[in-house]
Amino acid sequence: MENRGITFGYGFLSQESSFDVQFSLIEYDGSHSYFRAYLVGLLNTILVSVIGIIFATIIGVVVGISRLSSNYLIERTAAIYVEFFRNIPLLLQIFFWYFAALRALPLPEKAEPMFGVFFLTIKGFFVPAFVWNNLDIFIYSVIAAIIAIVFVRIYARKKQENQGIQTPVLSISIGLLIILPLLSFFLGGVDATVEIPVIKQLSQTSFTYEGGLKLPPELISLALALSLYTATFIAECVRAGVQGVSKGQKEAAASIGLTPNQVLKLVVMPQALRIIIPPTTNQYLNLTKNSSLAAAIAYPDLVLVFAGTALMQTGRAIEIVSITMLTYLTLSITISIFMNWYNKKIAIKEK
Amino acid sequence: MFKLVKRLTSVVAMFAVLFTFTTETMAAKKSKTLKNTQKKGFVRCGVSQGLPGFSNADAAGNWTGVDVDVCRAVAAAVLGDASKVKFTPLSAKERFTALTSNEIDILSRNTTWTLSRDADIGLTFVGVNFYDGQGFMVRKNSGISSVNDFKAGVSACTNLGTTTELNMRDFFNSKGIKYEPVTFEKADEVVAAYDAGRCDTYTTDKSGLAAQRIKLSNPDDHMVLPETISKEPLGPVVRQGDSVWEDIVRWSLNTMIEAEEYGVTSANADSMKTSDNPAVKRLVGAEGELGAALGLDNEWSLRIIKQVGNYGESYKRNIADTGILPDRGPNELWTKGGILYVPPAR
Repeated sequence: MENRGITFGYGFLSQESSFDVQFSLIEYDGSHSYFRAYLVGLLNTILVSVIGIIFATIIGVVVGISRLSSNYLIERTAAIYVEFFRNIPLLLQIFFWYFAALRALPLPEKAEPMFGVFFLTIKGFFVPAFVWNNLDIFIYSVIAAIIAIVFVRIYARKKQENQGIQTPVLSISIGLLIILPLLSFFLGGVDATVEIPVIKQLSQTSFTYEGGLKLPPELISLALALSLYTATFIAECVRAGVQGVSKGQKEAAASIGLTPNQVLKLVVMPQALRIIIPPTTNQYLNLTKNSSLAAAIAYPDLVLVFAGTALMQTGRAIEIVSITMLTYLTLSITISIFMNWYNKKIAIKEK
Repeated sequence: MFKLVKRLTSVVAMFAVLFTFTTETMAAKKSKTLKNTQKKGFVRCGVSQGLPGFSNADAAGNWTGVDVDVCRAVAAAVLGDASKVKFTPLSAKERFTALTSNEIDILSRNTTWTLSRDADIGLTFVGVNFYDGQGFMVRKNSGISSVNDFKAGVSACTNLGTTTELNMRDFFNSKGIKYEPVTFEKADEVVAAYDAGRCDTYTTDKSGLAAQRIKLSNPDDHMVLPETISKEPLGPVVRQGDSVWEDIVRWSLNTMIEAEEYGVTSANADSMKTSDNPAVKRLVGAEGELGAALGLDNEWSLRIIKQVGNYGESYKRNIADTGILPDRGPNELWTKGGILYVPPAR
């Protein structure tokens, strides 16, 4: 490296970055450091991965179970969806959704408001934002509700083991989640006002919205493409998992008088999950890594912000690429560790 | 007997050491990159992924443009044949790494010369082959006729990893305008997104705007604002540490510009050998020993002019006649009101 006149060092991370990013979860502009720019990219990567994982899981489970449906139409639709979306390269799908979205979405001034406050336009999805007073008390109340729910669950399980009486845990949990935060409004002085986006004219023909929250179209199309693509694989995992539970189990469960819902919840799913989780972990990892394709459509993720702009502005290829690789490795390992923990938790516990 | 053999071998070894030493010092003078290029038989040149006028490949894979001509000139000087160039299309992000990691020997890809690039990352800029500046393109019907008409909330599409991103921030900050930067890795996506209405303005070097405007669905609906917000001297780059190669590339470019200054063209280069002007005679290799200083023969500059042409011919062929920027602006010779001024070849 010395031969080629390249210097090495991580000192640049504290220098002023002097470039801006269009979408950031933390406060950031060009006067912040390169390290801050790295955090912006990292958080954006995590954001799109989490959104992608949640939607991919929901769509995947629904489609996977639909594929086992006895209804011919539902079963066929699900099968066609899976075969179509998993056999087209992801990058093409991302381009398709992005440019399709750009072509199909209206210009800001022509956007039809949804419920009067949501505006889906070519420049992004503008939604109302909450402006909070005493936000911390509200957050504490939610945390308190979650802790209470954990205790209720432990109590309910003990009660069932000792006395065989079932407690409606779900409705109690939902009740707690609503009541405690509500109390914080009345007793804790929490106050929230809604800020609705307002249209603003930039020039004779161009408009945008001000106020509220803005989700850029890049985020929406990337999350959409990632979830629709990964959901096909998850659907296949789910189908394989449910089919892997032997028929005798269901019949036996039904014969001891469990309702169909209980059969699914207590007998089929716990066994199916053991088959579903390991391959689904792979899909979550793939989704996270695939999110790096964001650079193609200007979503400011880790690769675009840090391994793109920051790399170009500093010229520190080796340092930045090594940091980026380590970051993806850490993200993937974190997901693996969590999923392995969950897998162990649901595995057969032989006594 | 054994002693004799021993002595003989030691003498041979001594000669061998001496020999390698002398050839090595000569080779050092001759430049490693030059030696490798002559051994391979082609010049390895990094260009853009398609910027009409600067470096653009046609359907048959033939590269043309003013940036391309710099590499062709070097090939003509070093190898005697301007067509012996291997072009590597590079994104803005890849370009410097490709050069420092020895994938290419010249980077001629509308690259802005800045202090940090020149000094910090193992690169050396050898000159300027196009004086450019950053501008903005807007829709004609927007009513925006000057950069002062931009309002807070404006969204600007541009390329990732360029000085454009930094200039844009400096510019909007100085005006106190909050803006939304939308940066893409490839120019084609920038054009598509701007065309669809994702952005209110498209900003990059003015030459780039002029070239990319042709790709829009209705080029006539768009215009480039008159203001220039930055200096963008674009020029070829080489690796740091091979000063002979650096000189060869620098003087290949200078030769093209000086040839225009003295009216030497690809058509009349041969007849100029008998010119009365000693400067012209030196330029076409009829006088002096300028080639030897670069480790080349004396006809190197003549070949450049004959095979590639002078700077004016290259500009006309690639940028003016294609309708990109018919007006040469600052890229006119200093004798004609521009700022093209190169040190004399003597």
